[in-house]
Amino acid sequence: MSLITKTDAVVRPAFAVRLGRIALGQYASAALIALFLIVFLVVPVLTVITAAFQAKGSGSFTLINFYDFALNDLLRRSLWNSLYVSCMAVLWATVLALPLAYITTRFEFKGALLIQTLGVIPLIMPPFAGAIAMQLLFGRNGSINLLLGDWFGINIPVMEGLSGVIFVQSVHYFPFILINLSTSLRNIDSAMEEAAQNLGAHGFRLFRRIVFPLAMPGYIAGSSLVFVKVFDDLATPLLLNVQDMLAPQAFLRITSIGISDPIGYVIAVMLIIFSVFALWLASFATRGKDYSTIQRGGGGLSKRQMTRVDALFAYGLIIFILAIVLAPHIGLLLLSLATIWSYSPLPDDYTFAHYLTIFDESPQLITNTLIYATLAGVIGVTLGTAISYLVARTKVLGAQWLDYIAMSALAVPGVVLGMGYLRTYYDVQLPWGGSLAAFWGMIAIALGVRRLPYALRACSAALQQVSVSLEEAAENIGATKTASIRRIVVPLMTGGIVAGFVTSFATAAVELSATMMLVQSTANAPLSYGLYVFIQSPAGRGPGAALGVIAVIIVGVCTYLSHAYLERRTALPARDDGH
Amino acid sequence: MTYVDAIRSKTTGISIRNINLSYGPLRVLKDVNLEIRSGEFFAFLGPSGCGKTTLLRAIAGFNTPQTGSVLIGGREVLSLPPWKRDIGMVFQSYALWPHMSVWKNVAFGLEERGQPKVEINQRVDDALGLVGLTHLGARRPSQLSGGQQQRVALARTIAVQPTVLLLDEPLSNLDASLRVQVRRDILAMQRRLGLTTIFVTHDQEEANTICDRIAVMKDGVVQQVGTPMELYDNPVNLFVGSFLGTANILNGSMRSNGREQIFELPCGSQFPVPAGHIDGAKLFFRPQSTRLAMVEDAARTGVVRLKGCVSHKEFLGAAVRYGIRTEGGEVFADIPHARGEAQVPDDHIVGIDIPLNRINYLPA
Repeated sequence: MSLITKTDAVVRPAFAVRLGRIALGQYASAALIALFLIVFLVVPVLTVITAAFQAKGSGSFTLINFYDFALNDLLRRSLWNSLYVSCMAVLWATVLALPLAYITTRFEFKGALLIQTLGVIPLIMPPFAGAIAMQLLFGRNGSINLLLGDWFGINIPVMEGLSGVIFVQSVHYFPFILINLSTSLRNIDSAMEEAAQNLGAHGFRLFRRIVFPLAMPGYIAGSSLVFVKVFDDLATPLLLNVQDMLAPQAFLRITSIGISDPIGYVIAVMLIIFSVFALWLASFATRGKDYSTIQRGGGGLSKRQMTRVDALFAYGLIIFILAIVLAPHIGLLLLSLATIWSYSPLPDDYTFAHYLTIFDESPQLITNTLIYATLAGVIGVTLGTAISYLVARTKVLGAQWLDYIAMSALAVPGVVLGMGYLRTYYDVQLPWGGSLAAFWGMIAIALGVRRLPYALRACSAALQQVSVSLEEAAENIGATKTASIRRIVVPLMTGGIVAGFVTSFATAAVELSATMMLVQSTANAPLSYGLYVFIQSPAGRGPGAALGVIAVIIVGVCTYLSHAYLERRTALPARDDGH
Repeated sequence: MTYVDAIRSKTTGISIRNINLSYGPLRVLKDVNLEIRSGEFFAFLGPSGCGKTTLLRAIAGFNTPQTGSVLIGGREVLSLPPWKRDIGMVFQSYALWPHMSVWKNVAFGLEERGQPKVEINQRVDDALGLVGLTHLGARRPSQLSGGQQQRVALARTIAVQPTVLLLDEPLSNLDASLRVQVRRDILAMQRRLGLTTIFVTHDQEEANTICDRIAVMKDGVVQQVGTPMELYDNPVNLFVGSFLGTANILNGSMRSNGREQIFELPCGSQFPVPAGHIDGAKLFFRPQSTRLAMVEDAARTGVVRLKGCVSHKEFLGAAVRYGIRTEGGEVFADIPHARGEAQVPDDHIVGIDIPLNRINYLPA
């Protein structure tokens, strides 16, 4: 038995030639990736931006579209509303998250696991699905208000207009802020706090002067991301019938007036500008301020024991938040099983008919979703692995730029990407007929491009865990570059790749911003779009809710699988550090 | 009153009595009793896990003993929270707040005490001047070297003029090349201020060179308290003896042959033992207490002679350390090195002479 692989039997070409071949292969890959990014990200976005500066008809450079925007009451109000809703969503998500984060990091609390579970529940339901259920439960004629009206004669207008959007988004994003706050607090070196106590500070002064400033950068980074996601969200306001916000306005204008309407592109530029600003703010807040320290023994704030009263209050708070967080899930489930449910706290009767309707009449909604999400995941991790390898392991010029461009997709709202594809590729005809923009493959590609930043970071992190010396050892023994990547690097990255794929799959399966723009008919539609269509009519609410439940199940299962898979892998003693 | 005078007049002694501290079933401090005098530079010395940092943190207020009391200047402090104890503590990681400038870091304690602005400015300047960092007030901690960070941490505690100063392994995060200079600087500052200081370390050289008295700890128990020289020359047990410097330990048994007590090595050699030593003790002496001699020469009076074979040697610069295999075990002999002097070759049979008064008999 010999360690030498079968490459030994092949005549090895001269070293320079082999080096040339490796470099050629790498450059070819880089070029292909660049081409993909240019065609499916850079050009569409640039098209949208230039369209905003073009006069309708003549195509010459002008700022008149921006003047028109500024003069239009509805549009100005939409801009203000979008900013308002995003900021308030962050605020309320923080209000929900802060006490829980404080309890888990400051006290020895047995219910910590419960809080962690609380944290996952909202994340598996896409906000637009939650919106419907919240409307049913908390709307003007929803369950809660009907009961309150009967018992106390009062009505809480929590779902009216913008408040409804804020409410839904806060509940959906509060776990994100919770994790973010908990991590920021936990990363504070306990010695920082003790040093302050030693010098005379305690209580609120201690919090204000030491704890809060040290937790701030991490918090700003997290909340900026939430701001961007809420700002760009198209489906939630639409489903709640709130149209005077930026993203819905862009969608409505393009679908009603057409892709030549310049105002839609002005809105797109606004969306991009604010997304870029928020992301810049996130990186600025954390730059040079890595306040987390590596220290031996006892990181994080010192924990206290809880008194009886403290514990009672904590559990009360958790139950209250749990109720709010579970409400959309329960509401959606009930609606999917309800025969008739209106103007009453609970449905009149229950049935499985809606699920059967879906599987009988529109099974393509589910199959399309699976196809699109799988493709999006594959695109994400393939490009992610390739780009991270090119950046970290090769000397290909401009590899870093591929990383930057791929990451810039974070600042491109789904609405804008959709608009870009429509504008750029509407006139491109496919060989078998039909516009490229209407081709179902574009939906999958759009989803893949949107997921790319996250998949790229997951693959990058996974690659960092694989030491270069492992590849070098393989090549030393006789494996070609390709073989060593295929047999050594990629298998060792599997954990990160799988995690990247699963999260891409889960988020692509329930995406509705780019999807809304690109879907031409229900034949091509994934279930998120199907949900939107069904909900419009009273008879379709049941099936729509059934689709929502299916969406939650898909995301929930994916989340569970990726956690379980990662946990299993980290439990294995497969550390690569060869020293 | 000058800054230095203020600190000097305010400092007090510390009385630690009957401290017991357990984490669940684990007893970390067992019946600790120590008296530290005002103005003294005192060390808690011991290996990892001996409880020295736990004891320091108990004095500072970051953990709570189950029993006992700590009196600072006659005032019981165990019932007080950390922010009311008027103690200054320098943490091992320095714990400088990264979001504040050096100046703000040093001013923090004074601001907490509600001092007027003029007073704060003056005291911060004094404190920074004392550690030689007046020109760095506007910098952030991340822009300072390790040594500078430590001086800021010191200035921060001195600024509030505490009664007592606690230092938790202040030198362990510094480069080895810096440690000697920094510990001299700390000593000079302590002498100048006359501030009662407790210094926690696991390094006996640090403790020996700068502290007035040392408490050696092991497994939560204070083994011995004394000046560095007392501990080195007259350790009470083998642990203290070998912790404070290289030592030779030989097994044997204590017997009485009627007139006097003798210590007998397994090989048969016997040595007279001063009265009062207990059974189970072992023979203990320092490498530098020995002289090498030719085996043929007779041993002088008052000297114990061991016979052995040179197995290896290490050149230490000031001395040559011979490793000699004897019937009692391996013995290290440090022989001062004089320029050009020949070394005894390996496998040579030599006699090792140890003066009787340089031998201790110590229990484990």
